[in-house]
Amino acid sequence: MRGAFARTLTELAEQDPRVFLLTGDLGYMALEPFAERFPERFINVGVAEQNMVGIATGLAEAGYVPFVYSIVTFATLRPYEFIRNGPILHRLPVRIVGVGGGVEYGHNGMSHYGLEDVGVLRVQPGITIIAPADHEQTKTALLSTWNLPGPIYYRLGKDDKTVVPGLEGRFSLGRAEVVKQGGDILLITMGGIATETVAAAAELEKQGVCACVLIVSTLNPPPEDDLAFHLGKFTAAVAVEAHYAVGGLGSLLCEVVAGRNLNCRVIRCAVKDMPDGRTGSQAYMYSTLGLSRQAIVEAASSSLRGVQAVPVNKGALGVR
Amino acid sequence: MNTSSILEAGAAVSAQGALTGASIRRIIIEQSRRAGVGHIGSALSVADIVSALFGQVIKVPSPGHRERDRFILSKGHAALALYAAFHLRGWISQDEIDTFCADGSHLGVHPEHALPGVDFSTGSLGQGLSFGAGAALAARRQRSSRRVFVLLSDAELNEGSVWEAVMFAAHHKLANLIAIIDWNGQQAFGYTRDVIDQSRITERFTSFGWDAHNVDGHNVSKMVGLMRGFNTTDGAPHVLIAHTTFGKGVSFMERQIKWHYSPLSDQDYAQASQEVGKAP
Repeated sequence: MRGAFARTLTELAEQDPRVFLLTGDLGYMALEPFAERFPERFINVGVAEQNMVGIATGLAEAGYVPFVYSIVTFATLRPYEFIRNGPILHRLPVRIVGVGGGVEYGHNGMSHYGLEDVGVLRVQPGITIIAPADHEQTKTALLSTWNLPGPIYYRLGKDDKTVVPGLEGRFSLGRAEVVKQGGDILLITMGGIATETVAAAAELEKQGVCACVLIVSTLNPPPEDDLAFHLGKFTAAVAVEAHYAVGGLGSLLCEVVAGRNLNCRVIRCAVKDMPDGRTGSQAYMYSTLGLSRQAIVEAASSSLRGVQAVPVNKGALGVR
Repeated sequence: MNTSSILEAGAAVSAQGALTGASIRRIIIEQSRRAGVGHIGSALSVADIVSALFGQVIKVPSPGHRERDRFILSKGHAALALYAAFHLRGWISQDEIDTFCADGSHLGVHPEHALPGVDFSTGSLGQGLSFGAGAALAARRQRSSRRVFVLLSDAELNEGSVWEAVMFAAHHKLANLIAIIDWNGQQAFGYTRDVIDQSRITERFTSFGWDAHNVDGHNVSKMVGLMRGFNTTDGAPHVLIAHTTFGKGVSFMERQIKWHYSPLSDQDYAQASQEVGKAP
């Protein structure tokens, strides 16, 4: 997704002189096309994310549309108060771009996991939050949102190859996308883990369970009507997200279910505990955190049997 | 008289009176008493700096004008001094300044950009210089002669983010960025020397690549002279270490930690208003 982001942003900068790109010393082998083409509108501010967001605030006040780029945690958590008191408070078009949502930086450990970014930003009014599911949707989403008023947070992945079957890059702000129809259970997902969710739906199909798969790429403004429409048709829905269970997609679904008085259980396939320090590939981390394809299948099957899904977290590690 | 002569020839004079440190102080005492709020000592500390800036240095044809110089009160808790300057510039009326800290007013303890004239909301220390660095960078890239003034407190330099901005501004030679440090030696809970030692501050800024100057923060003509003399086209960013007296102008407040937060009692007010003179 970051490759798609860099290429698309470079195209946008060709068309619009307001586009500016700041990085906190990250994006090596990704941002060069922009940096080389527009040296006047590219700055590596150094390892200083608070300052980066502050600078972007000043640039945006003067008419620029600055994108600030870093790894998810450094882009959102370190400068969180700057984001709040800068672009959010002033309603300025600063774009926070975080790469590596979830546990994509697997071997790098907890400091690099983006597990609460959506949660902490979703509580702030006035910031658009976009988490594309693949690189094709990254491009579409960026093209259709970059010039919106007010700040935006883009939660990107590193993967520029995998595509979510059935999505075909579709993106519509404030809408959810159905990538697979089904009537037995509803799987709802956000971000790069959408590919695992779709794969889990295929597994379920083999077991005779026909799952509907919904992709949520706009967390704010939430696709509330689309969610209510689909949640209203099922008695159980599984929220799949590489994010803590609190604050992210699953929480959003619970808000919609409660707010719309729907009769649908929400089972959360999310990170429920703090990772214990053992690192590994994203696939390994998914398996230990209860986010593997098999864990999604199990959560869906259990919910259909009327069984409360058991968190798989740490079970594989023999903890607790 | 055209705009630039109003702004640059000398202290600006509006229907509300001359924009001087003394007139700002009178308003600070009047309004803080009326509203019953504190931060009086901090506002008095910067009264002369604000009068120098808004009376004679900053070019703002009107609030919101695209090519205005930008001003950021990074030490947002001194906002009352800023409102006083706005009032004396004729940007806010007597009725409006009388809403200071009233329910529903835009004139709170810290400045909100919803109030015309406030370029950036502040109140959380350590953010203003980054906003200013961005604003200065924007002016540079837009080939504008706009300048950006950021007024910080000395204790605010405790915030690490300030130094991120200091390094950035020096590296990018943001000559159009002018920081003024209200060097009054006090913070909420003590004297700055006892909390975090910031001695040799001039050398610190110089070693970071800034053009640093020490000045009496109550000597308006000296501050104005220095700021007017700055090369804001090329070279290093500028910093004025403005040596001030916390609570300046009210004898019982001067250098007293208590007056960071305390509001005025009737007796305090009687004495303070006598010392600063009656508000215009």
